[in-house]
Amino acid sequence: MRALKRLTAVEFKLFLRDPAAFFWTLIFPVALVVIIGSIPSSRKYSPELGARGIDYYTPVVLVMSFALLALFITPGYLVGYREKGILRRLSTTPVGPARVLIAQLVVQMTTAIVTTVLVLGTAGLLWGVKLPSNVGGFLLAFLLSVGTLLAIGLFLASVLSTTKAATSMGSALFFPLMFFAGLYVPRELMPAAVATIGDVTPLGASVLAFNDAAASGSPSLTTLAVLAAYAVVFGVAAARLFRWE
Amino acid sequence: MSVIVVSDLRKQYDQKVVVDGLSFTVEEGEIFGILGPNGAGKTTTVECVAGLRKPDGGSISVYGLDPQRDAAKLHHILGMQLQQSEMPDKLRVAEAMELYASFYDDPADWRELMTDVGLKDKADSAFNKLSGGQKQRLSIALALVGSPKVAILDELTTGLDPAARRDTWELVEEVRDRGITVLLVTHFMEEAERLCDRLAIIDGGKIVALDTPTGLVAHVDTEQKVRFRPASALDDTLLTALPEVTSVERHGRQVVVTGTGNLVHAVTSVLVQHQIIAMDLRAEQASLDDAFIALTGRRFDHSAQ
Ligand SMILES: Nc1ncnc2c1ncn2[C@@H]1O[C@H](COP(=O)(O)OP(=O)(O)OP(=O)(O)O)[C@@H](O)[C@H]1O
Ligand SMILES: [Mg+2]
Repeated sequence: MRALKRLTAVEFKLFLRDPAAFFWTLIFPVALVVIIGSIPSSRKYSPELGARGIDYYTPVVLVMSFALLALFITPGYLVGYREKGILRRLSTTPVGPARVLIAQLVVQMTTAIVTTVLVLGTAGLLWGVKLPSNVGGFLLAFLLSVGTLLAIGLFLASVLSTTKAATSMGSALFFPLMFFAGLYVPRELMPAAVATIGDVTPLGASVLAFNDAAASGSPSLTTLAVLAAYAVVFGVAAARLFRWE
Repeated sequence: MSVIVVSDLRKQYDQKVVVDGLSFTVEEGEIFGILGPNGAGKTTTVECVAGLRKPDGGSISVYGLDPQRDAAKLHHILGMQLQQSEMPDKLRVAEAMELYASFYDDPADWRELMTDVGLKDKADSAFNKLSGGQKQRLSIALALVGSPKVAILDELTTGLDPAARRDTWELVEEVRDRGITVLLVTHFMEEAERLCDRLAIIDGGKIVALDTPTGLVAHVDTEQKVRFRPASALDDTLLTALPEVTSVERHGRQVVVTGTGNLVHAVTSVLVQHQIIAMDLRAEQASLDDAFIALTGRRFDHSAQ
């Protein structure tokens, strides 16, 4: 326990000393909410979106921050640790390497929580975006979305062996997946078939889960099933395939 | 007391046999060296002892523990410095020491250890800002922070400048003085000669010799050379008459005498008898280097037959 606490504290420090990591996962999403909301048209009701632009984009930005965390930071750190022999070095100590993985996940989960609070807080204070009224439904959407994405991140860390490969794979996944989440073209404006495909992608389903939670109090069963399926498949694959060296 | 007992250790990767029936024992409190050319199987051997790799055959015992079966207990008494291992770039020296100390039930005083390895001034430096020598010192300190009974040091001075290498040797001697048994991997003869109480030379996954450094050298009957410039005329036959001498050559004013046995003594005695002053006298003694080449070369001869 003492070792896990120390490891977690150290991983937090290292994260805060890594400007790229906290810029993309903490500062950038908040900045994006500020920028989007400062465009006057985003604060007017859009009949096409069925909401104001800023209301539409707030959950998208949130999911984007989780994706940045899980597709870049998680595999980046773990693959780097493996590549440098840090995991191997830890396996010669009584503590073993698994706890550093737990410590990383704690740091990343905390980052996701802080980012969520900051993004929602900023959107609410500056632009009057309504905070989630159904806390239970919102928490469910949050946990499934972050859990699924972290499982994908762990899977990437299991199958990729160099940090270079991890970065390229992160980008190769992030941009198309963010398309389905509706970052570039709002989902409401996509052709129906594309939007349906989007609903079963990890990021599309995550955004849907937040929207469902806001609209009807809880993510729909289909969305929950899609996210849970991704989490289980990638989580199990990661557990099977992860190598310490 | 033998604290490490390795018998008939075997390890292969795919079809390639890398460690081929190694047996040796390490006594409590000694520095035991493993010396050998690149790819000889040194790292594989010590990593099997540390439980990092699983042997394909044979047995290993460290203070009675089996590195595979009793890994959890072993990690409490064995400190390891890996040939290739780094720390996170931004981790600071003191943080690394404190972190690794927290892994053990009964750790050494990490601040004291950090001072002992000469890293006190670098306590707040990030790992990626350390020099190669400082990284090695940190790596040694981390291997010792759990107050192990056995320390395995795999090529701890590779890539260090001569001064840093000497400092590191002193450090290893201090480790031994703490009563820690050291298993040291190296391919520097000078390092092995200076540090090791006993030494196994391995090549192609087999032990080709196991002795004290002086014992190894003594068993190798290599040629020696004595070079000097005689201050007055010298008749070569005075030297060739000696039983120790095999040949005498002249390079300009320099005389080069080749021979075996106690050549230096034989040559200098003759010179003194004839009152010839030898200037710039240099003797090339058989070194562990020669022993190594003779031993690994001899094995090569065997396999060629
Ligand atoms: N994980 C591995 N998979 C496959 N082959 C390996 C592996 N590790 C080592 N080898 C091979 O086994 C042989 C012995 O390697 P080892 O690292 O034990 O040598 P070494 O004596 O430590 O060499 P060096 O002086 O270069 O460190 C080498 O030919 C190496 O290529
Ligand atoms: Mg090696």
